[in-house]
Amino acid sequence: MPFGRKPKEFPSNLWTQCPDCGEMLFNKQLVRNLSVCTKCGHHFRMGARERIELLVDKGSFSEQDVDLVSGDPLAFTDSKPYPERIVAAQTKSGEKDAAIAVTARIGGNPVELVVMDFEFMGGSMGSVVGEKIARAAERAVATGSSLVVVSASGGARMQEGTLSLMQMAKIVAAIARLDEAGIPYISVVTDPTTGGVLASYASLGDLVVAEPGALLRFSGERVTSGTVGEKLPVGFGKAEFLLEKGFLDQIVPRAQLRDRLAFFLTSFRAATQDVRWSL
Amino acid sequence: MSMIERLVGRTHGPESNGHLPVDADLITDAAQLTSRPSPWEAVQAARNVKRPHSLDVITRAFDKFQELHGDRGFRDDPAIVGGMAELDGRPVVIVGQQKGASTEENIERNFGMPHPEGYRKAIRLYRLAEKFHLPLITFVDTPGAYPGPEGEERGQAEAIARAIFTMTRLRTPVIAVILGEGGSGGALALGVADVVLALENAIYSVISPEGCAAILWRSPAEAERAAKAMRLAGPDLLELGIVDALIPEPPGGAHADHDRTVAAIKTALVAQLAKLERVPGPDLLSARYERFRAFGAIGDTASAPPPPAVPWWRKLPLMRKR
Repeated sequence: MPFGRKPKEFPSNLWTQCPDCGEMLFNKQLVRNLSVCTKCGHHFRMGARERIELLVDKGSFSEQDVDLVSGDPLAFTDSKPYPERIVAAQTKSGEKDAAIAVTARIGGNPVELVVMDFEFMGGSMGSVVGEKIARAAERAVATGSSLVVVSASGGARMQEGTLSLMQMAKIVAAIARLDEAGIPYISVVTDPTTGGVLASYASLGDLVVAEPGALLRFSGERVTSGTVGEKLPVGFGKAEFLLEKGFLDQIVPRAQLRDRLAFFLTSFRAATQDVRWSL
Repeated sequence: MSMIERLVGRTHGPESNGHLPVDADLITDAAQLTSRPSPWEAVQAARNVKRPHSLDVITRAFDKFQELHGDRGFRDDPAIVGGMAELDGRPVVIVGQQKGASTEENIERNFGMPHPEGYRKAIRLYRLAEKFHLPLITFVDTPGAYPGPEGEERGQAEAIARAIFTMTRLRTPVIAVILGEGGSGGALALGVADVVLALENAIYSVISPEGCAAILWRSPAEAERAAKAMRLAGPDLLELGIVDALIPEPPGGAHADHDRTVAAIKTALVAQLAKLERVPGPDLLSARYERFRAFGAIGDTASAPPPPAVPWWRKLPLMRKR
């Protein structure tokens, strides 16, 4: 081994090629630009921690429900047991599960913010994700702060079987209570949000905003093209397509996301605090 | 169901107050089953084309059924049928997913895979039930929501999400019966109820066994193993608390004797409805909320090892797979 270099420890990806324009991007620069291609504006996926840093007022957040980890209700084993998969994902990502919940402020507005991380088992929604979002919604009802959920998920987690399907009902029930209490809920959908996540809370925001180019589909590529038996048009199921079809309020570039959320939240709060309507 | 039983009382057991014979002939404990079919047998039975489908049940168990059509927006989806009828003299609203008994009928019914307009029709009927304080009874029987491009274009995900949302706060008693296949979110859009019943050989899962096998084992041929691992058969669902009770099927399965199967479904519906109608509206909503809020398997947080630190280059954005 020349110069005592440990090959495994050496980062091989100092450069990243943009999949849209082919530009070679220096990683440090890419991170500084919020993981957006400096040439064509392609939005790379973003980790949950970076996303929280990006969205909330500096130093205003405290993490909630840090210790929740998933059980193994079905004793599920495919090529390896589910608990091993979780530990592997925890080791890889440094997170306990696919969502991080924080209490924070965005533009001075108190929010319960839940951010999903696609790096953790494809952002799949199991009991922990369900519990974190349901608790965040319940905290929002109790304290009157707004709820913001940033989704990035392949859908429900197969390894928890029908229980992960029930998480859809659990989260939606909590959001329905939020709705009755007249508390704002903004759903931010990022690349990719598919399956059971898109078919539950991600579609139910008072506002639903997406990042440019995000893949937002109910069913996977193979399932859909298998059904029609031909290739789908380019851009099918992307955020721009959904905006055109009327299922999104806006597509917001990452650099503007925080200010846009702050504007919406401030406006909603102004309305709910207006005494004329509460008489 | 336990919370609802606490509210209305039950006829057997130590807390009995002798009101209603609610659980007559239902299987509420997997230990009551004499034989448990293998998960794969259950999958085959649940998909049997001769099994009673929603309209078979509706026409036999209910009187004066009047089908109501259309979502008022796009078209009438034949994969979801709905309408009003009388159950034992009590007017109710019914919504069910409809598979066909033959290839032609299945093509017409899109194999029981609803489009978004089907779910929007369902939502319209849910609202109708709520407005006129009619109990809602749903029949779940679908391989899943239609995954094709038309569905995506018209907002399949939004339609399902909205249907679940509507059901969670519907101010009227809701009973769901899983007749055959309960396929993922497309089934849940009819499945948020105060009491969820299933036929003995019904299945309910987050993804089809074939889909799960294709993803986790990388081969659809492993569907049998996937079915076992996912615990999607009736007795498993009962043990996990996903369904409240199983409706026993006649010997040979539901497809062997439609009349007896439907008679059992009707008995169960009448008894459960009598129970739910005793619950005051706000309590019903709280109980429904708690029923679904309780689902989840959170592990032992103290014993979980802290994950090791992430090297800094892991945090850099990775190249997207194409």
